Amino acid sequence: MERIYLDHGATTPMKEEVLEAMLPYFKNYFGNPSSLHLYGRESKQGLDQARQKVAEALGADPGEIIFTSGGTEANNLAVQGAAKAKASKGRHIITSSVEHHAVLDAAHYLGENGFEVTFLPVDKYGRVDPEDLKNALTDQTILVSIMTANNEIGTLQPVEELGHICRESGVYFHTDAVQAIGHMPFNLKEQPIDMLSLSAHKFYGPKGVGALYVRNKTPIKQLIFGGGQEKKLRPGTENLSGIVGLGRAIELACQNIEEKKQKLTRLRDKLISGLLEIDEVILNGHPTERLPGNVNVSTLYVEGESLLLSLDLKGIAASSGSACTSGALEPSHVLMALGLDHQTAHGSLRLTLGESNTEEQIDYVVEVFQETVERLRKMSSVFKK
Amino acid sequence: MYNEKVMDHFQNPRNVGEMDNPSGVGEVGNMKCGDIMKIYIQVKDDVIEDIKFLTFGCGAAIASSSVLTELVKGKTLEEAEAITNKQVADELDGLPEAKLHCSNLAADALQNAIKDYKEKAASN
Repeated sequence: MERIYLDHGATTPMKEEVLEAMLPYFKNYFGNPSSLHLYGRESKQGLDQARQKVAEALGADPGEIIFTSGGTEANNLAVQGAAKAKASKGRHIITSSVEHHAVLDAAHYLGENGFEVTFLPVDKYGRVDPEDLKNALTDQTILVSIMTANNEIGTLQPVEELGHICRESGVYFHTDAVQAIGHMPFNLKEQPIDMLSLSAHKFYGPKGVGALYVRNKTPIKQLIFGGGQEKKLRPGTENLSGIVGLGRAIELACQNIEEKKQKLTRLRDKLISGLLEIDEVILNGHPTERLPGNVNVSTLYVEGESLLLSLDLKGIAASSGSACTSGALEPSHVLMALGLDHQTAHGSLRLTLGESNTEEQIDYVVEVFQETVERLRKMSSVFKK
Repeated sequence: MYNEKVMDHFQNPRNVGEMDNPSGVGEVGNMKCGDIMKIYIQVKDDVIEDIKFLTFGCGAAIASSSVLTELVKGKTLEEAEAITNKQVADELDGLPEAKLHCSNLAADALQNAIKDYKEKAASN
C-alpha cells in the first residue's frame, strides 16, 4: 500500500543534506563548545556557523539568535522572559485566542500570576483585526504576541501591520513563526518584529531544536539557570548536532521560497477544490491568506477521529482538531474561536502538504476521502439522507 | 492507541444501520462531546431478536456500539438490562483511558432503548 504523508504541520522528514551536516558533530566534533582547547574550538566553530546561517535566513545579526530546545521553549522564553523583564514597567500582555498552547498557556500562567492578559478575538477565518489590537493597548501593555501562521487552519496574520502598531506604541512584539519558516521570506532588519520563534523539525530539520530571535536591546530574562551559554538566556551545554542541523535546514528552507510556495499552493488548492466537491464539506480558515501547504476541512455528520483512522488504514496520514484526538473533552480552541458549532469542529481534519507530495497523491486522497465519508455517514446517527 | 479488537470493530462494524419499525429506540450522548449513539432493538417474547446501531463519534464510539450489538443479540431483556458500559469495554479488551467516559456509552443507549420498548408496550 502506498503511504501518503499529509501531516507536515506536525513534523517533516529530515533531509539527507541535514543529516550529512549533523553526522560529524556526533562523531569527530564532540567537544564542548565552551571548552578552550581545540576540541572545544572545533565545536564552537560549528555552533557559530549555524548561528550565522539562521541569522542570514532571517535577515538578523548572529547575536540576535538564541538556540532553544524547540518552538515551545522559544515561545515560553519570549512570553515569560519579556514579561519578567518588563514587569516593573507594566503588567498587561496581549495575545490572540488562536495561539499555539505554548503561547496561550504561558499567557494564562502569567494571568494567574499578577499580569493582566487580553486574548484578542478572531474573525471567521481566524484573523486578528489590527483595530482590536489598537483598542486593547494600554499604557500598561508590555508585550504583544501574535503568531505568523496558525498551526491548525494555516491562517496568516497581518503580522507587519500588527508589528507597526506595537512599534508606534513602544510595545514589544513577538511572533510565533514555527509554521511559517520556509513558506515566506523574513527580513527582520526591516520588519517590525522584536522576537520570533522557530523550530527545526517543521522545515525538514531535526526534532528537539529551535531558536528565538531577540532583537538587539530587547530586554528578556532567562527562565532557567545554569552556565553562560546563549547569553545566559538559555543555559546548558548546547545540542550541537541539532543546532548544526537547524542551521543547514533553515539554509535549505529559505532557498527558492517563491518556487516552492507556488508548487505547494497549487497542490493545496487542488486538494481543497477536490474535497469541497463532496457534499457538506467546508473549508476552515481563510481561502487565500493561508499557509501554502495547509488544508483544513470539516465534514458534517462525521467525527474527525474516525475519519482520520479510516484514512490511516488506507495509508493516508492526517490530523484532526476533534476532541477525541487530543484526549480533551472539547474540540480545538482554534476551531471554536472561529465560531464553529460543535459538530463542525468535531468533524475537522487537517491535511498539511510538503515537498514530497504529488498531484497523483492528491487525486488518490480525494477519491479515498469521498469513499470514507460516504461509509462513515452511512453509520452516522446524525446524518439526514 | 487502539487494540486490534477495537480496530476490527471500527473497520468492520457489526449490525450497523437503521431499523424499520423497531420495538424500541435509545439515544445517548451530545454534540458537545462529539459522540451520539443510537440503538434500535426488535423484541419478541422478551428476547432481543435483532439490534442495530447508528453512531456519530470516534473510533471507540463506533467500536463499542458494534461490540454491544454482538453482546446483546439473542439475549432476554433481563439479561440485556444487566449489561454495563464496563462490560462493553472489557469485551473490546479495553479502551484508552481518555475514551472510557466520553465514548463508551453504548450500554446506556441500549438501556434507553429497552426503556422505550417497555413504555411503548405498557401504553399498548
